[in-house]
Amino acid sequence: MGIAVVEVTKRFGNFAALRDVSVAIPEGSLTALLGPSGSGKSTLLRVIAGLEEPDSGQVLIGDEDVTERPARTRGVGMVFQHYAAFKHMNVQDNIAFGLEIRKRPRAEIRARVHELLELVQLEGLAKRYPAQLSGGQRQRMALARALAVEPSVMLLDEPFGALDARVRKELRAWLRRLHDEVHVTTIIVTHDQEEAMEVAGQIVVLNEGRVEQVGSPRELYEQPANEFVMGFVGPVNRLGDTFVRPHDVELLLEPEPGSTEAMIERIVHLGFEVRVELVRDDGQHLLVQLTQEEAEQLELERGHIVYVRASRETVFS
Amino acid sequence: MSRYALRIATLGYLALLLLVPVGFVFYRAFGDGFGHAWDAVTTHQAVHALELTLLMVAIVVPANTVFGVIVALALVRGRFFGRGLVNAIVDLPLALSPVVVGLALFLLYGRGGWLGGLGEHGLKILFAVPGMVLATMFVSLPFVVREVVPVLREIGTEQEQAAETLGARPFQVFRRVTLPAIRWAIAYGVVLTTARVIGEFGAVSVVSGKIQGKTETLPLYVQDQFESFDVAGAYAASVVLALIAIVTVVGLRVIHPKEETR
Repeated sequence: MGIAVVEVTKRFGNFAALRDVSVAIPEGSLTALLGPSGSGKSTLLRVIAGLEEPDSGQVLIGDEDVTERPARTRGVGMVFQHYAAFKHMNVQDNIAFGLEIRKRPRAEIRARVHELLELVQLEGLAKRYPAQLSGGQRQRMALARALAVEPSVMLLDEPFGALDARVRKELRAWLRRLHDEVHVTTIIVTHDQEEAMEVAGQIVVLNEGRVEQVGSPRELYEQPANEFVMGFVGPVNRLGDTFVRPHDVELLLEPEPGSTEAMIERIVHLGFEVRVELVRDDGQHLLVQLTQEEAEQLELERGHIVYVRASRETVFS
Repeated sequence: MSRYALRIATLGYLALLLLVPVGFVFYRAFGDGFGHAWDAVTTHQAVHALELTLLMVAIVVPANTVFGVIVALALVRGRFFGRGLVNAIVDLPLALSPVVVGLALFLLYGRGGWLGGLGEHGLKILFAVPGMVLATMFVSLPFVVREVVPVLREIGTEQEQAAETLGARPFQVFRRVTLPAIRWAIAYGVVLTTARVIGEFGAVSVVSGKIQGKTETLPLYVQDQFESFDVAGAYAASVVLALIAIVTVVGLRVIHPKEETR
């Protein structure tokens, strides 16, 4: 089901976590709430889940106003950053929890748990306790537990935040595939723009309790609504009032019209990508991204003088 | 080298302070033979004292366990005005001398006290079991709370919230998620409470009136025997107290590790 958040405000004492936030999440979509820490993204998720009560505004799931309803009747599946595994239950009991609460017949529970263990690839680990699982396995168990009750909405709060980089990448790809299979409306909270762009079809950028922009990953990257979004969804050089992405800077060995002089301070080789840090004669620092091939052709070295020119720049009025 | 020194220091300290005195009690109790010791603890008064002590345990331990868990939940999960004050008050019995507690109850329920009138309406508090229960509850109140609070803090609220989103009602959340997580803390609290209830002397001695065969718990009985020069009787009763303590503590040590390493 789709979700609509209408003019929600939430304060914690003097701190305004959400200020008049309105967001529409289309049915069946995978949406990321992206923002720095303190931007209100987790609070927004918890308001949708019913774990936090908004000071004003409404939350609609489907066509129904659920603002006054407790979390247990909202039909949401929630996944937490630190897994929230029931430590005293083994994997299958964790997954069965919601079904047991709903007093489903034993045979049905067993079949459903089996099905979910397969879906999250934990078949052999049904009798293990959470303490005996890796972080990635625990999080997949938590996902299965949330999916068990067939929620109309899945809410993931920084689900991969506590995992190491490699597992995180694997799980992102896996989540993407899972969503293609299950099609349940899903919201994922993250502070990692790469994660948001890789996983989500729609991104809501939040900052200081406000929505800065809503759009597809591509829209956000190519047509950022403001300075904040431009800086948050990717690296950016600021030159006076104009903003330039590091891959939109041309490096020239000879001066050409519109170019300025700069000195190479540092070269970082990252495999396919090469990052060059420059300082212009007016003291401005500049980051440039090149392919390895381009860098080799230019025969760049630290201390060399080169000429830079923006091939594409953005100005916000 | 320093490792051995540390061990010797630890063992020596424990031996000198704990083992030797307790060992002596056992030694002296059975000094005149097992039969004599048995006779000493099976007198009418001794048996009554033991029964009364167990009655205290039966009333006070469940009450303070239930109350302790509720207070711990309120302190950790609740957001209410005066929480800091409640937190401090819970520790009061640890800091306050039990004799003062007894005295306070005496003043409250005694003749001329605020609640002194209760006795005239047939509810005898002082020099009777209700007063002893009140005194014992007071002094043994903090143990369950203090054991449960840190564990509740540590487990956090995420598991409970996960259960909530999975459809559990508040009581189901408590029974199926919170309670299993804090059960060992409760068990420890119960053991400490029990030990305190069995051993309580000061507060009970003030409010009970120490009437032999009526309001005398085991510790009071021990002192009574000691003061009336029945030293062997006092030692024998002491051994009963010590045995109960050892059984409780060892019992918990035996079950606990098994569960924990699962």
